[in-house]
Amino acid sequence: MAAIDLSINTTVARRILTGFIHSEVTRVGFQRAVLGLSGGLDSALCCYLAAEALGPENILAIRNPYKTSSRDSYEHAQLVIDALGVQEKTIDITPIVDPFFAAIPDMDQVRQGNVMARARMITWFDQSAAFKGLVLGTGNKTEILLGYTTIFGDAAYALNPNGDLYKTQLRQLAKAVGVPQVILDKPPSADLWAGQTDEGELGFTYAEVDKLLYLLVDRRYTAEECVAAGFKTAFVQTVIERVRRNHFKRTLPLIAKLSNRTVGYDFLYLRDWGT
Amino acid sequence: MKLKLALAQITTRLGVVSANLEKHLAYIEQAKGTDLIIFPELSLTGYVLQDLVPAVVARPQASDPVFKPLLEASKRVDLIVGFTEEDSRHRFYNSAAYLSKGEVVHVHRKVYLPTYGMFDEGRFWAWGDSIRAFDTRFGRAGILICEDFWHAPPPYLLWLDGADLLFFISASPGRGISNDAALDSARWVEHVCQAYASLFTDFVAQNGRTGYEDGLNFWGGSSVYDPNGEEIAKGPYFEEALTVVELDLDELHRARARLPLLRDERTGLVQRELNRILQANLRGSNGRD
Repeated sequence: MAAIDLSINTTVARRILTGFIHSEVTRVGFQRAVLGLSGGLDSALCCYLAAEALGPENILAIRNPYKTSSRDSYEHAQLVIDALGVQEKTIDITPIVDPFFAAIPDMDQVRQGNVMARARMITWFDQSAAFKGLVLGTGNKTEILLGYTTIFGDAAYALNPNGDLYKTQLRQLAKAVGVPQVILDKPPSADLWAGQTDEGELGFTYAEVDKLLYLLVDRRYTAEECVAAGFKTAFVQTVIERVRRNHFKRTLPLIAKLSNRTVGYDFLYLRDWGT
Repeated sequence: MKLKLALAQITTRLGVVSANLEKHLAYIEQAKGTDLIIFPELSLTGYVLQDLVPAVVARPQASDPVFKPLLEASKRVDLIVGFTEEDSRHRFYNSAAYLSKGEVVHVHRKVYLPTYGMFDEGRFWAWGDSIRAFDTRFGRAGILICEDFWHAPPPYLLWLDGADLLFFISASPGRGISNDAALDSARWVEHVCQAYASLFTDFVAQNGRTGYEDGLNFWGGSSVYDPNGEEIAKGPYFEEALTVVELDLDELHRARARLPLLRDERTGLVQRELNRILQANLRGSNGRD
């Protein structure tokens, strides 16, 4: 396989992303931000960038353990909180979601995982109002493209500094900003059930799929060209189909057009309109 | 002769002309003692205007409330400003005006409107259709707006039309991160501007804007090249700045004594071959003018 270099200049990325957070939070009248801090890599990076952009006192990191969540997650989040001096709050979602699971007993693991992701989202947006801070998203480009997210759960946020970094690149930037080594070293996991890992669930590694996505998306390679570049045909097809099938998670819900001017089609303004 | 040039790479507010005008006047005050201040593309309006375009228009004349204070300021210092122009038939252009001594010396309407990928300018603005050099008190000059100088002919036409000073203004979204210290978009602009200065033995000053609009960042990084193709000034990336540099206009004489590219330019040959190529294209396929 040809060498595909995903490495980035972390000084440039850090500059753009901290500037982005500062600009997009403050221009709409806020000074503060809220994020879910899972103990994993993505939210750790986001927390570092946000603390740098807005000052640690203006960041509220929220831990949302469930009774089966790994203790490591909690402690790794604490490492970030201690290192940065951000404000923190722990809201256990067990008493929120367990009655829900009891009421609907036939839920499988994936549905339960989605409920947990959405329960966490509710706590962030509630704390957003209480803390007067915008909710930061932490999902990376790889999982956004693959749809490895819960719609209206972890995919709900006001702005996301991580979303144009492949996991491989995000890891590089996280290392550069000083995210603790133990967080850099552990296998990525949504921690929705015991033993869950991203790579186990997806069926391939980030290292592999990031290179493929880079060719498909950034370099506009066709499937055939990806195969010629050394990727297995079945892998290429699986990933292309996953990206296509999950596009609904990346677009606004559809509105049926009736009038001459319709939100989503020809009512065209940036969100930053007037700021 | 010397020209003290100020490049104002500024962050604009999207669709808030009054706030942007105020910032222009503040920068003009700050740049006191310079001869010419260049503001970026759409400096009075912000860039991704979309349906805001008709709501932020100005007309480059003394009766216009936006241009009135700028024309007043131009009695003390020459100015290049970016704005959305409405013509008498209510077409909207992505334009730039050169103001001096209280007069509008020149207006350039962007000729190449990028409408691909992340860009959608052709949907919202009308295409300009002329590329003209104009006389200033510092010599003959030309203005191009962003995509205009991504195409080779506009700088070439300005050069043939007598421009020794090329002023390029942009609102360039930063993109293309790699290991390099500059984004792909910055590297590209710097390469071509340096190349135009070298190829035309002209002064080239390019000025970009800063700040964010939604997720887009604007990388700033203004730069100036002399007729030898040397970089003689460079603004910072990603932050507002006023970069001041003195151009020694006598360098044109020295550079062209060394390298008579302008003298030796075979314009008749260019015209003959261009006519031949365009005739062939017209017979063959999609002759877009």
